[in-house]
Amino acid sequence: MTEIALTLTDAHASTARRARRQRLQDAAFRNATLAFALLVLLILGGVTVSLIDGALPALRAFGFGFVGTEVWNPVSEEFGALAPIYGTLVTSVIAMAVGIPVSFGIALFITEMCPAWLKRPLGVAIELLAGIPSIIYGIWGLFVFAPFMQSTIQPFLINTLGQIPGIGNLFMGPPYGIGILTAGLILGIMVLPFITSITRDVFETVPPMVRESAYGLGATTWEVVWNVVLPYTRTGVVGGVMLGLGRALGETMAVTFVIGNAHRISSSIMAPGTTISASIANEFTEAVGDVYTSSLVALGLILFLITFAVLSIAKLMLLRLQRKAGV
Amino acid sequence: MTMTHMDANSQAHGSHPMPPGMMAGAAADRAIAGAGLPEKITVRNLDFFYDGYRALKSISLPLYDRQVTAFIGPSGCGKSTLLRILNRMYDLYPKQVATGEVMLDGVNILSPKQDLNLLRARVGMVFQKPTPFPMSIYDNIAFGVKLYEKLSRADMDERVEFSLRRAALWDEVKDKLRQNGMSLSGGQQQRLCIARAIAVKPSVLLLDEPTSALDPISTAKCEELIDELRSDYCIAIVTHNMQQAARISNFTAFMYLGELIEFGNTEEIFTNPTKEKTSEYITGRFG
Repeated sequence: MTEIALTLTDAHASTARRARRQRLQDAAFRNATLAFALLVLLILGGVTVSLIDGALPALRAFGFGFVGTEVWNPVSEEFGALAPIYGTLVTSVIAMAVGIPVSFGIALFITEMCPAWLKRPLGVAIELLAGIPSIIYGIWGLFVFAPFMQSTIQPFLINTLGQIPGIGNLFMGPPYGIGILTAGLILGIMVLPFITSITRDVFETVPPMVRESAYGLGATTWEVVWNVVLPYTRTGVVGGVMLGLGRALGETMAVTFVIGNAHRISSSIMAPGTTISASIANEFTEAVGDVYTSSLVALGLILFLITFAVLSIAKLMLLRLQRKAGV
Repeated sequence: MTMTHMDANSQAHGSHPMPPGMMAGAAADRAIAGAGLPEKITVRNLDFFYDGYRALKSISLPLYDRQVTAFIGPSGCGKSTLLRILNRMYDLYPKQVATGEVMLDGVNILSPKQDLNLLRARVGMVFQKPTPFPMSIYDNIAFGVKLYEKLSRADMDERVEFSLRRAALWDEVKDKLRQNGMSLSGGQQQRLCIARAIAVKPSVLLLDEPTSALDPISTAKCEELIDELRSDYCIAIVTHNMQQAARISNFTAFMYLGELIEFGNTEEIFTNPTKEKTSEYITGRFG
């Protein structure tokens, strides 16, 4: 009798010990993951603070006029961010205008229409495209693409679109080869694999039965895609586009090669310009004097804010869409 | 590609001859069963291949207009496959090939000249799980209609109401037509899918285990609905539930391993099957 009782208490004791050990393990695990999560906030906060701190001299010297001035004169130490901001936004818009439709087309072809034997090679090719380092896009852009733009595409645009009153202003001037348009097109090619692979993945999440239901009503592929697949995958698609946009806004190397690095705003998108990241990369080594360096850091701060704003707008847009859909 | 399948076809014929009397038996049943009813769909010598694998073997059977025909049989017997041939849904996927004849109103729908979208507008389909589109209840119904008809606002409202009433859903959703179709309960979603299929005014309705994901009350409602729809459509239903087949169908086709074992009056099949296999299956001895 007592023997049984003894073994029972023994068992109880060992269970309690094990439970205590598990509790400790759990607590340690919880705290460790919490620390990692806090690290994210810490890094984000640190970057923000150091950007603001570094930008302060420039902001003190030029005030908010920094954002609205086009001048960029290292000799007289006058700096304004308007030209790089303009260049960043315009190249990104061009990149998106080219990249989004083409990416969607590729993703839809792969998920909806592609014969089985072509599916894998296409998927691999897209991943390879994403793996090309941006410096390679840069030299390819400078030595191959820009001369081609100069000799073929730009003269064509000048002679056609450039002759139309109004929008013709966008396509005027000498064909330099390099410039905002060339940079935008290169960016378009660079964001292509990102948007494509994400949209392809989300298109594949549409349940086959939902797709078949739409086909079952007599819908064409286009109608199925436009009315069922896209609404179904809205969130993921916007996410993919935003990832692409984020890349386009921040891309440095390839853009620096082909944009011309001129701190001015021209009405023509074929003229040379600059972007925020291209300016920073180009000029950091030669920046002498506190105000010059600080102006570059301020440019970085502005890029950070633009990216933040883009992400916030995307989130808001998604919320609005979801509310409208009533889910 | 076609050549390989032709080869597979003839090989299968050569190495596995049909047991004598099987088709004759089915044909005899049909002669009794089909007395005087118009055939909406006639399936003749239908074979189906998934990447060379012969999933259906020389199926021949009629689907009568304004009658419910149930396809029963154990999993993998090919009943869903047969259903998916009737609106050529299999065409969406590569390496799936059907040979033989499926006549719908006297026209062979397996012919490459058949326009698939028009065919699918005439042959509606409802799936195992509810598949509402990510849009409002109203738009779920209007989507299919808009593909083929240009209706005025008022006419469209009328059509939506007609379809929802026909699917016995109107009273439950009439005040929230603008809500997303995905916000409905499972049973309601399935009736929405039936309403959506009816809205394009098909003449044939294919139901692929339409109640398998529903609770008993929703199932009863759907069965009631099918019973009512019988008067207007030629309905084919795949079901795992033998009581359901007995309750709602006029004709029953029992399939096993890709073959049609027996086809006939539902009452006949369930009370007095002519084939050993059929009686084994309906009494629950296998499957």
